[in-house]
Amino acid sequence: MLTDPSFAGQIVVMTAPMIGNYGTRPEDEQSRRPWVEGFVVKNLSDGAPLGREPLSAYLERHRIPTLVGADTRAITRHIREAGSMRAGIFPAALDEAEALSRVMAEPPMAGRDLATVVSAPEPYRLEHPDAHGSVVCLDYGVKQRSLDLIREAGYSVLVVPANTPTPSLLEARPSGVFVSNGPGDPEAVPGAAEKVRALSDAGLPIFGICLGLQLVARAFGGRTYKLPYGHRGGNHPVKNLDTGAVEITSQNHGFAVHSTAGVLDDAPDLRVTHLNLNDGTIEGIAHISRPVFAVQYHPESAPGPHDSRYLFDQFISAMHTTASTATG
Amino acid sequence: MPHRNDLESILLIGSGPIVIGQACEFDYSGTQACRALREEGYRVVLINSNPATIMTDPDMADATYIEPVTAEWVERVIERERPDALLPTMGGQTALNVSLELHDAGVLKRYGVELIGADHQAIRKAENREEFAEAMGRIGLAVPHGGFAKSVDEAVEIAEDTGYPAIIRPSFTLGGGGGGIAYNREEFEKAVRRGLEASPIGEVLIDRSVIGWKEFELELMRDGCDNVVVVCSIENFDAMGVHTGDSITVAPAMTLSDAEYQEMRNAAIAVIREIGVDAGGCNIQFAVDPETAEMLVIEMNPRVSRSSALASKATGFPIARIGAKLAVGYRLDEIENAITRKTMSCFEPVLDYVVVKVPRFAFEKFPMSDPTLGVQMKAVGEVMAIGRTFQQAWLKGFRALENDRCGWHPASSAEDDRLPDVEVPSIRAALRTPTPERSFQIYRALESGLKVEEIAALTGIDPWFLNELAELVEAAARFRDPSGIESSTEPRPEPDAAALLGMKELGFGDAELARLRGVSEAAIRGIRHQHGIRPVYRRVDTCAGEFPAATPYLYSTYETEDESALSERPKVVILGSGPNRIGQGIEFDYCCVSAALALRDEGYETIMVNSNPETVSTDFDISDKLYFEPLTLEDVLEIVEHEKPDGVVVQLGGQTPLGLARALDGLGVPILGTSVDSIDEAEDRRRFDALCQRLGIRTPDGGTATSIEQAIVVAEEIGYPVLVRPSYVLGGRAMEIVYDDPSLREYFERAIRASPEHPVLLDRFLEDAFEADVDAIADGERVVIGGVMQHIEDAGIHSGDSACVVPPYLLRDEDIETMRRHTRELAEALDVRGLINVQYAVFEDDVYVIEVNPRASRTVPFISKAIGVPLARVAARVLAGRRLDDLDLPERPVLLDMAVKEAVLPFDKFPEADPQLGPEMRSTGEVMGLADSFGLAFAKAQLSAGSSLPVSGTLAITVHDRDKPMVTPIARRFHELGFEVRATEGTAGYLGARGIPCGTALKLHEGRPNLLDLLLSGELQLLINTPLGKHAQHDDYEIRRAAVARGVPYTTTLSAASAAADAITALRSRTLSVCSLQDREKRRETVRAELRLPASEQVPT
Repeated sequence: MLTDPSFAGQIVVMTAPMIGNYGTRPEDEQSRRPWVEGFVVKNLSDGAPLGREPLSAYLERHRIPTLVGADTRAITRHIREAGSMRAGIFPAALDEAEALSRVMAEPPMAGRDLATVVSAPEPYRLEHPDAHGSVVCLDYGVKQRSLDLIREAGYSVLVVPANTPTPSLLEARPSGVFVSNGPGDPEAVPGAAEKVRALSDAGLPIFGICLGLQLVARAFGGRTYKLPYGHRGGNHPVKNLDTGAVEITSQNHGFAVHSTAGVLDDAPDLRVTHLNLNDGTIEGIAHISRPVFAVQYHPESAPGPHDSRYLFDQFISAMHTTASTATG
Repeated sequence: MPHRNDLESILLIGSGPIVIGQACEFDYSGTQACRALREEGYRVVLINSNPATIMTDPDMADATYIEPVTAEWVERVIERERPDALLPTMGGQTALNVSLELHDAGVLKRYGVELIGADHQAIRKAENREEFAEAMGRIGLAVPHGGFAKSVDEAVEIAEDTGYPAIIRPSFTLGGGGGGIAYNREEFEKAVRRGLEASPIGEVLIDRSVIGWKEFELELMRDGCDNVVVVCSIENFDAMGVHTGDSITVAPAMTLSDAEYQEMRNAAIAVIREIGVDAGGCNIQFAVDPETAEMLVIEMNPRVSRSSALASKATGFPIARIGAKLAVGYRLDEIENAITRKTMSCFEPVLDYVVVKVPRFAFEKFPMSDPTLGVQMKAVGEVMAIGRTFQQAWLKGFRALENDRCGWHPASSAEDDRLPDVEVPSIRAALRTPTPERSFQIYRALESGLKVEEIAALTGIDPWFLNELAELVEAAARFRDPSGIESSTEPRPEPDAAALLGMKELGFGDAELARLRGVSEAAIRGIRHQHGIRPVYRRVDTCAGEFPAATPYLYSTYETEDESALSERPKVVILGSGPNRIGQGIEFDYCCVSAALALRDEGYETIMVNSNPETVSTDFDISDKLYFEPLTLEDVLEIVEHEKPDGVVVQLGGQTPLGLARALDGLGVPILGTSVDSIDEAEDRRRFDALCQRLGIRTPDGGTATSIEQAIVVAEEIGYPVLVRPSYVLGGRAMEIVYDDPSLREYFERAIRASPEHPVLLDRFLEDAFEADVDAIADGERVVIGGVMQHIEDAGIHSGDSACVVPPYLLRDEDIETMRRHTRELAEALDVRGLINVQYAVFEDDVYVIEVNPRASRTVPFISKAIGVPLARVAARVLAGRRLDDLDLPERPVLLDMAVKEAVLPFDKFPEADPQLGPEMRSTGEVMGLADSFGLAFAKAQLSAGSSLPVSGTLAITVHDRDKPMVTPIARRFHELGFEVRATEGTAGYLGARGIPCGTALKLHEGRPNLLDLLLSGELQLLINTPLGKHAQHDDYEIRRAAVARGVPYTTTLSAASAAADAITALRSRTLSVCSLQDREKRRETVRAELRLPASEQVPT
């Protein structure tokens, strides 16, 4: 979770009180470094089982300011009522007014392009020995598990920085495009929605998650807004409108797509495929005629339940279908 | 999808009496299910033999049958009620087994009854271990099974593969009944034999040992559209090898990483789909090898369970309620989350607190039994504690246990921690074997400097838990001696605010801190309050604060924000009864719940305080507010000072709240009902004797002693035999009858430590007296007698263990009238407001008062159901200031039938203990038999208690010499009923001489085949065995144990033997019918209408 780029620029408050009980391992890391700006917990374990690094040591090694012993439930309830907000972790000695003015000096989340910041500085490839083809991943803060799942399905992955121009993407002749999750305001990521639109116009299957969904929506006319306190954690019920089944999903997003009574606003070419059962917000969309679909939650689920892994299969078969139509 | 409208009425089967492994969690689940189904407009038909349950209150179902929970009797209910469906998953293993039996016998098909919730295939797949293993194989999951055996030889062959230790699990038993761990071939064969006997299909499973592996449970729900949610994960503190009911457990799981947890979750979802629980819940147990992370599926229960009750309480997700809704066709996403009332039930609760469950044991009641914890459950109750951290919850849990420790700390003597001494080698040796005291041994081990790694290796407990505990031990040591130099001469300074706050944040109780510092609890409380260190109350909300919680389900912690939302309404705090134990069980929860419902009707805000997760009282919608907290002075006082209620109810929760009454009263807390002074007058021996003398009521001669010398003097004054017991005890703890000086001495050495603070009471024992209980209710103006219940067993058997019958069938009318008069006089003299229970003995034609309890008694639910008047609810209204005159209470309630209460004893779970009744209570539960004749009512009660009386066969009699005249008419009746009668030589001769054909049977030492052989080879169907005195009873002990093991009904008193003859006569001559409580009430109305006579002339009780 600490290494999920979607948390870039944020202080994370853990509602679960007992943190770090089983330490960490390198294979749990979801990107090249931890991204959280600060970490607030009720209780932090010092130790770790054999072969794992204590979380406290990990946090220290990465110099992540961590507040231990906090009344995290009180903070959670405050955020629930007042919305997610700018905040800081300061030494107790610091004057309150001074602390507040430093917090206020920080830019608000709305309007921030953090995706470009966390994106890979250089393109890189994850090879599959007998790849059916390759997938371009537009990296706005992708998690390792997403890449692994695509590769395990038999595709090489080309991960590209957020600012990679469309023509060079098409040159790579990918089988499909994966639009990753990521932090910040989707509206503020320069040129991203246009790029998604262009790739789709080129006939490529597209699968977006989280920020990826917001970009897909924007590519086809949808609009996005900041949620009061976002969706976080691993227990959000989402209904798949195509099958009627409910998935328990892992979520981490602060923005959502505008909709009215379960229908997207201003995006007639997109239909809603998934809805959040708690608040009725949009959780999944698909293009009415193109192989383009996206979900607002995290089917790669690291951490979180695995109920939605089928979406990766759906992406793979979309690429198969497109490929066979192209050749046939 | 709306609920099914092709169903009209639904049959629900309860779990019967409280036994070890199947307790009041099924009252909780069943009650929820009843309410959930009735909400949807279904007609609910309920059968349960346990009168102490809330679910059998007539307003919980449309037709309530208090009848034996056996296939035969359920069929009679089906025949009469013709339900459309049967929901088999709410009454534990009992309901599941009976439902399966009904299916197999074609009964369900014949009457067109559909199994809903879980069908017979799913039940069979989950319950039959062989089919289960195959099913798991199909989805690629591993089980620890070695193989199945139907004989000892087959089992031995399997054990050659699995090796020792091996686990023996009988098929189709509850609470691991009959299971065991064997470390060698000899133990193994013994355990297999026992297991084969325990299994209704004569099959045992031999498992490879996974002792020492980590143990987890997941609670799942699945709807008819295949949506699955995991409600809760539970991690066992104790490693595999200890039954989960005997383990300390923690929710959520603490030591699983996300990857490991998700693997387990995926496996669990695959299991529920494969087994095919289509619309309901299940519990799945996993074992994980701490070395290799290999994961095995241990078992799956396709029904609600002890764990599902715990999970419901731990998360706020009411599994039984939702299970019932799923069973009638709802989807998870159509059922409202009752806590947030904003979101739906199709989600997975998240916890921002930690829950710890601690089991409560009763080994002190079974002195010869083996205290090792294993695969067969032995705990009689449990507490649950909620804290913001594991440490808080742990300490709170131990504080809530209400044993003789004020928290998690070692006892003052090594012996009480089950250690020979406190040397490290002894501790190390003890840690290898799990016993109820192991957590205290761990404390000592940590104190002695044993490393966490070593303790983990010895116990199999995850080092993470032990590290947490080590921090607590260190903190306690620091607090005890802040300067670091232990000095007994210097008074330690008063703890400063920071240190105190630190300890409170860790979770230490005031009493524990007082113990550490050597000061009084009041002193610690004083300092704490002076510094404003007070708890705040947080809500259990299913969602870790993400949504506002509409339901105030609260726990305390020391933090910054209070969420209890105090109201201005008139309010009442009801103190519950804490963990179930022998002597204080579900009956008191019944009373507390009754009070909550009645007081809500009276317009009060009802506030429940309790720590027992199994109960109905801790269901969050029974009261307006629930504080899930220990029932200690500290915790209760904080709640009372926080809520400032108009009154506190202490008389309905048994000894627990009553024990707090004096201290609360002293601190100015308003106690509702009978005054604390009156309670004291009834309990204090000297004051009580004076009161009886003043009223001219006889009591047995008695006295008090603070030493053995004094006791001998008192005993000689009053004359042997004497009944001895410590003062202020519950359930006859350490109560015995002694016949002479040496046995009195022996009692003092063995059983108790007398001291000036803890005097011992001695009473003349009224041998062969009849006993009776009277429950009554008073409002300061009137006293209404609920009923006079005659004990079937003679004096000397604890009233909780004695069968009893109402109306009395052998007492003289004049004695009954004397009892009524005395009860009235006592209630008036003590100015009772609410309930009072008086115990009487009739000895040589005189009525004696044995005991007065100005509080709800164990028999309140039983008598309420017998007379059709909910006494506990009436009492609650009286506590709220209502007059009996306003409550339309008849002076003499109408009794339509004979009602028999029978106790249910846990001897099958303690095979080494002597299964004989005595003055110390040992029953865990009770059943009720209702019929129009004593014989049939007694027969039903026996059947419900699991003792199926034979209608033919061979009766064996072995009795004390002095009982021979009395046993003669009984033997004659059995002979006339066609039984073959056999007896030991002397008795046989005696009976033969009186014209009763009687074969002989050898005593154990007289050669073979003897009585024991006859019993074991199944040649005896009934046994009458009266004890031959305390010393010469090894024979008796062996015989009774064999009877328990073989399930042969036996009686140890002649009155019960005579009742058995009545019962068998009834069973042979009567067509057996059933009648619901609601139909009885209609008949009662008719009787009342016909009688419209002056109150005093109505049908006498």
